[in-house]
Amino acid sequence: MNVIYTDNNATTRVADEVIEEMLPFFGGFYGNPSSMHTFGDRVGKKIRQARQKVADLIHADPDEIIFTSCGTESDNSAVFSALNAYPDKKRIITSNVEHPAILNLFKYLRDKKGYDVVLVPVDKKGDLDLDLLYDSLSDDTAIVSLMWANNETGVIFPIPEIAEKVTEKGILFHTDAVQAAGKIPIDVRAAHVDMLSLSGHKIHAPKGIGVLYVKKGMKFFPYLIGGHQEKGRRGGTENTVSIIGLGKACELAAQQLPIMNTQVKELRDYLQSQLLEKIPGVSVNGDLENRLPNTLSIGFDAVEGESILLMLDKEGICASSGSACTSGSLDPSHVLMAMEVPFKSAHGTIRFSLSHYNTKEEMDHIVKTMVSAIETLRAMSPFWKDGKLV
Amino acid sequence: MWEYTDKVKDHFMHPRNVGELKDANAVGETGSLNCGDALKLFLKVDENERIVDASFMTFGCASAVASSSALTEIVKGMTLDEAAKVTNGDIADYLGGLPKEKMHCSVMGKSALQKAIADYRGIQIMEKPGEMVCECFEVTDLEIIDAVKANGLETTEDVTNYLKAGGGCGKCLDRIEEVIASVKAEG
Ligand code: FES
Repeated sequence: MNVIYTDNNATTRVADEVIEEMLPFFGGFYGNPSSMHTFGDRVGKKIRQARQKVADLIHADPDEIIFTSCGTESDNSAVFSALNAYPDKKRIITSNVEHPAILNLFKYLRDKKGYDVVLVPVDKKGDLDLDLLYDSLSDDTAIVSLMWANNETGVIFPIPEIAEKVTEKGILFHTDAVQAAGKIPIDVRAAHVDMLSLSGHKIHAPKGIGVLYVKKGMKFFPYLIGGHQEKGRRGGTENTVSIIGLGKACELAAQQLPIMNTQVKELRDYLQSQLLEKIPGVSVNGDLENRLPNTLSIGFDAVEGESILLMLDKEGICASSGSACTSGSLDPSHVLMAMEVPFKSAHGTIRFSLSHYNTKEEMDHIVKTMVSAIETLRAMSPFWKDGKLV
Repeated sequence: MWEYTDKVKDHFMHPRNVGELKDANAVGETGSLNCGDALKLFLKVDENERIVDASFMTFGCASAVASSSALTEIVKGMTLDEAAKVTNGDIADYLGGLPKEKMHCSVMGKSALQKAIADYRGIQIMEKPGEMVCECFEVTDLEIIDAVKANGLETTEDVTNYLKAGGGCGKCLDRIEEVIASVKAEG
C-alpha cells in the first residue's frame, strides 16, 4: 500500500538529495573534522559549507550557528544561557501554547528553581495577547521565549514586531522557529532575535540534528561543557554526517520556500475546502490568515481523534491528532484547550501537515477516506443524530 | 501509537452490535462529550431476566469502541445476576488486554452495564455517592477508593489511567493523592 504522508509537522522524509550528500561521509570519509590532517579536514570543510548554508537560510553569519542534537537541546541551551547571563533576574516569559521543549522547561524552572514564570495566553484564534505580553515585561525579566509558528495549528506569531519591543528593553529574546523554518521566510537580523532554534528533521534532514542561532556579541554560556567544538559553545564531537545533510536540506528549503507558499498552500486550501464542503459539523482551528501554508488543524464534532486516525491509517494515510509529542495523553491538546476550542470538536481534531511531496490525488483520497470514516464513527456516536450534534 | 491486541483492532474495525436497540428495555449511559469518552448501552431483557440482545453507541477511542463491542458480546445470553458480576477486568481480558493508559475504557463499560441493570430493575443508582474529587470528570472519592483497592493502584497516574480523574485541569491531583494515601493507611 502506498503511504500518503501528511504528518510533516511531526517529522519529514529525508530528501533524496540530502541522503546523497551524506552517503560518502558514512563510508570512506570518516575523519574527525577537528583533526590536524587533510583527511579530517575534508570533513571539516564540508561542515564549514553546511554552516554557511544553514546561516543563509535564516540570513545569519556562519559564526552565529551552533550545531546541537535537536530542537529541544537548542531551546534548553538558549534558556539556560540567558539565566546564566542574568543570574539576578527571576522572571521568564513564554506562551501557553509552546512546544513541550519550552513549556515543560519553564514549568521545571518555576517549580524547582523558583522562577516567576509568565505564560502569556492566546485568544480563540490562537493569536497571542500582545498587550498582556508587553505589560508583563519587567526589569527583572531574563528572557522571553516564543515560538515563531505553532506546531499544531500553524498559527504564526508576529515575532519581528515582538522581538523588537522586547529587545529594546534590554531583555533577551529567543524564538523556537522549528516549525517556521522552510515554511515562511526567516531573517534573524530583520527580526531582532537574539537566539533562534531549528531542527533538522522538520525540514527534510535526518533526526538528531538541531541548530541554535546565537547573535554575534551576545554572552553565551554553553549547555554541554566539553571540548573546543563549536568554538567552545557546545562540546562533543560533531554529528558530522547529519550536519552535512542539514546543510543540504537548508539549501533546498531556501529554494523551495516559494513552492511552499504557492503549490503546497493551494493543496492545503483544497483539502480544507473539500472537507468543509463534504462533511457537516466541521471547524478549522486557528487564525486562517496568519497560518503556516502547510498546516490544517480541523475538528470533527462528536467523534474522537484516535478513532479517525486509525481509520486513516488503514488506508495508509498518516496524520496526527493534536501534537505527536502529546499522543501519550488522553486529553485534548494544551494548544486547543488554551484556544478554548469546544470539547465537542477538540476531541475530534486532526492535524494534516503537508509537504511538497504531496499531490492533489492524495488529497482526494484523504477526503474520500475522511467522509467514510466520519460517517462510520458518527453512526455509532451517541452525540450525533440526523446529521447533527445532539 | 498504542499497542493494541489483534482482538482490540478487530473489535474496533468491525464492532459488533452497533446502534440503538429499538426494543431495549434497559439502557445505561456513562461518560460525556467533555471526557472524550461516552457509552450508551442498550439491553433487551426477557421475563426470566436473561439478556437476549445487546447493542451500544460509543464516542471514544479505539479501546472505547472495542470495549463496548466486547461488553455486548460478553453479556448476551447472561442473566442479569450473572451480568452484574462482570468486571472491567473481564472486558479487558476478553480483548486480550488493553494498554494501561486505556483501562478506563473498560471501566466505562462496567459502569454502563451497572446502570443498565439498575435501569431494568428500577433501582435508582444513587447519583454519585461520596464526595466529588475531580470536577472535570466527575469522579468521587468512593470511586477512587474502589478502583485503588480493586486494581492495586499506587499513583495518581494510575488513577488517571483508570478513571481519568486528574487528567484535565489537574487541580484535583493533590486530593487524589490523599485518597490513595488513605487507602494505603487502612492497609
Ligand atoms: S478537577 Fe480533576 S482534572 Fe480537573
